[in-house]
Formats: sequence, C-alpha cells, structure tokens
Amino acid sequence: MSSNGGVIHDIGFRHYDGPRLGRGYLIRSLYVESLRGCYGLGRSAKSKIMPFLLLTVLVAPAVIIAVVAGVTSMKKLPVDYVGYMFALESAIAIFLAAQAPATVSRDLRFRVMPLYLSRPLSRNDYVAAKYGAMSTALFILIAVPQTVLFIGALLAKMSFWPNAKDWAAGLLGALLLSLVLAGIGLLIASITPRRGFGVAAVITVLLLLSLVSGALASLADINGHPDLAGYFALLNPVSLVQGVLHWLVDADVSYPQPPPGTTGGLVFTAAMFVVIAGCYTLLLARYRKVSAS
Amino acid sequence: MNATVAGLTWHSLVGRRRALLLFVLPVVLIALAVLVRLVSGESSGSATDLLGSFSLGFLIPLLCLIAGTGAIGPEIDDGSIVYLLAKPLNRYVIAISKWIVAIGVIVLFGVLPTLVAGFILAGNQDGVATGFATGALLAGVAYITVFLLLAVITRNAVVIGLLYALVWEAAIGGYVPGAQTLSIQQWALAVTEKMLGDSAPALGVDSAVGLTTGLVLLFVVSLGGLVYTGFRLRSIRINGEE
Repeated sequence: MSSNGGVIHDIGFRHYDGPRLGRGYLIRSLYVESLRGCYGLGRSAKSKIMPFLLLTVLVAPAVIIAVVAGVTSMKKLPVDYVGYMFALESAIAIFLAAQAPATVSRDLRFRVMPLYLSRPLSRNDYVAAKYGAMSTALFILIAVPQTVLFIGALLAKMSFWPNAKDWAAGLLGALLLSLVLAGIGLLIASITPRRGFGVAAVITVLLLLSLVSGALASLADINGHPDLAGYFALLNPVSLVQGVLHWLVDADVSYPQPPPGTTGGLVFTAAMFVVIAGCYTLLLARYRKVSAS
Repeated sequence: MNATVAGLTWHSLVGRRRALLLFVLPVVLIALAVLVRLVSGESSGSATDLLGSFSLGFLIPLLCLIAGTGAIGPEIDDGSIVYLLAKPLNRYVIAISKWIVAIGVIVLFGVLPTLVAGFILAGNQDGVATGFATGALLAGVAYITVFLLLAVITRNAVVIGLLYALVWEAAIGGYVPGAQTLSIQQWALAVTEKMLGDSAPALGVDSAVGLTTGLVLLFVVSLGGLVYTGFRLRSIRINGEE
C-alpha cells in the first residue's frame, strides 16, 4: 500500500497520499505517551495523585536538606547522593508497583494489543518503548531529588568538583537501579491484566526478595561466613545495584556485608546485566504470543 | 452469609495465578523457619525475630492486602459488580460473605503457616507459636476489614493499603512513636505480648499500646469497618475507567 512502512487500511474512503511518519515515529510516540502515562499526564486528575505524591515524598527531603545546608552554610551535604536514593527505596518500589501495571496491564485488559500490532510497530518495538518509558520514569523519580541536592550544594558554596563527581555517581546509580527495577516490574505486571493484582504482585516480589536475602545474609553473617553473607545480597535487586555501586564508586552499603573485593564486584555487575537482559528477553517472550489471559 | 457469593469470591481469590502468589509467601516462611532451625537450633529468640518481622510485619499485611482488596476490587474495576448488586441480596450480606471468605484465605495461608513456623522454630517454648498465631489472626481480621473497605471506597485501594502497611506502619512508626498507636500491627502485638506473658520482655516483644486499648481498637475497626463497607455498598457509584 505504501513504500515506507505506513499502513492505512483501505475501507473505501478518500485516499491518503501525504507523508507517512513510519515506525520510528510510532515507537517515539508510544514511548512518550507511556512516559507521560507513568506520571498520569494526559490522564484524569485522579491518576496524577499517586505518582506526584510519591515524587513529592522523594523530592521534599532533598529540598529540606538543600535549604538547611544553604542556611547553616555546611561544608558538606549530610547525605551522599547514592545513599539518598537507597534511603528512600521503599517509595521507589511503591512507585514502580503502582505505575508498572498502569503501563502494560491496561493494554492487555482492554485487548488493544492486536490494534498496536496491526500497525508497522513490531512486538520488539512495543517492549522497547514500554521498557524505555518505565525506566525513564524511574530515572526521573530518582534523579530529580539528587539534582536538587546538587543545586543546593552549589548554592551553599560547597566545592564544585567533589560534588559534581558524587552527583554523577548518583545519576549512574539512578540509571542502573531504574533499568533493573523497570525490567522486574514490567515483567511481573505483563503477566496480569488486573491492575490491582499487578500492584500487589510487584511489591510482594520485591519485598519478599529483600526480606529473604536479608534473613539469609544475617544468618550467614552470625554463623561466621561474611563472604557468603555478601553474596546473598545478589537475591535482592536493590542491594544488587548497591553492591555494584559499592564496587564502582565506593558507595556505602546498608547490608551486613558488601560484596567481597574485585571478584564480588565483577560477579555483582555481571548479575546485574544478566537481570536486565533476562527481564528484557522474558518480556519479549511474553509478547511473542500475547493474549489477555 | 450467602454461599453463592462466598463461592464466587473464593474462586476469584484462589483461582489461577493469584493462588500462586498466595502459596509462595507461606512456603517461603516455612522454608526460612526450617533453615533457621537447622542452622541455629530451637530457640524462641529466633522464632520471635522471624515471626515478628516476616510474619506479622510482612506476610499478614500483604496477604490481607491481596485477599481484602482482591475479594471485591476486580469486580468493581471491571464493572461486573453490577450483576451481583442487581440480585435481591442484602448489601450487608454481600459484604459479610466476602469478608468471611477473605478471612478464611488468611487463616489458611497466613495464620496456620505462622503457627507451623512457630512450632518448627520454638517447639512449645513460651507459647511463642500460639501467641504469634493469635496475633496474626486478630491483625488479619482487622487488616481484611480495612482493605475491603478501601477497595469499596477507592480505585487506588492497593496502593493506599501499601502506603499504610509499608510507609505508615513500618517506616513512620519506626521514627515517630505516636504513629504506632494507629498501627494494626501494634494492636495485635499487644495480644501476642500478653500471651507470651513473663517471657515477652526477654524476647523483645513490646507493643506500643496496652492490651485493652489494642483489643478495643481491633474490635472497633473490624466491626465498624465491616458495617461501613456494607453501608457504602448500598450506594456504590460505578465509574468508568479513569
């Protein structure tokens, strides 16, 4: 029907001969709309409440810290950029649990997947756009408060380079954490067309992993296997990223033990990439044969 | 109590994938209990740690969130609740039927595993197993009522429930002692503390509220919440998707 991949079904109306925007445009639109949807933009006022409430929960402490640092002219921020993000990890997890099902479950529930896929948009494009949108939404959620802290530090006339370096480390952490969490959240959410159940399932899996790995780690630590305790952090996606950051940028670890040495760092980094790639592959597999089930 | 409504609710709660999630949680609890028992031996201290944090602090609230909102939330979400409400049934009966089924689910997947895990970890010592199981049951009933009511009131029941269980009870309750007075977990812990008797201080079980306050609040919330749920069902408004 057309030469550059556009499709308009001929149902007997007047023909369209204008320019076609093609597949790239479709992916871009789906990405932008999904990202806006994660924050409830373009949706009803009700669906804006939750994401912006959680964004406030994350940003408000940073603003307070920045103002206090400026007023009392501190020499150094009381929290570091990476530590700030892990201190508020439960708010990040709730954001993921609330918005991952909103991103993918609706399309399944209202059975609009066939409509998407009857366009030049392929399954892989759909998954890429959704994964990109979800991780960008998480990245914004984590990076905005870090940037607020950075601006606060500069306004308080703290030295530029150490802060810029830590801020960059924080952004790297935000990127890694959002990629890992978005993958896990979307994978779980894509299994169910029910939003409420998706929310509960995502948070249950994240909490369960963190509790189990915490219990196993302290058990190993008490019984005198600190190395083993370090490796149990692999089970929890959040402490996995924490371990990687500990190795890469020497971030503090809230766990009983950080991953041991270079080997530990390499293992954690490899595990993190396996998690990201694995979630992406499983998502592709999930959408290979998609039904609302 | 209406058997048909109860049966339908039961199927929607434990049917298909939902059941998987419901099964995984108690299995993990028992597995952890067995592991701790094998590594550290029988001790009421480790039993208190595991049951207090994993069972009362995580398993029960989350199971109740899934069962309480799942008992009615999806029906309201997809609008099929109108077929139920169009039947000549008292709305209070509908609420009570769903409530009882949800409590049954909690007993099966939350309270009994807590009891079993308690026996695995501590045997018969100090009444740890029965103490925590009773606490779990009472907390479960109150949580179920609150989450069922939330599901009737709002679309965002699951997220609000999570904010209550994770942020209010766990995080804010940890820093602001006053917040613990409004925590179902603490009310139930008061009962557990009483049942553990003299060994409670040694095990570190210390509720933020007294026994009478805890029991009264549990009772008021459970009964009041259930009545209000029925009342809200009488004049529920079915909205379209957001």
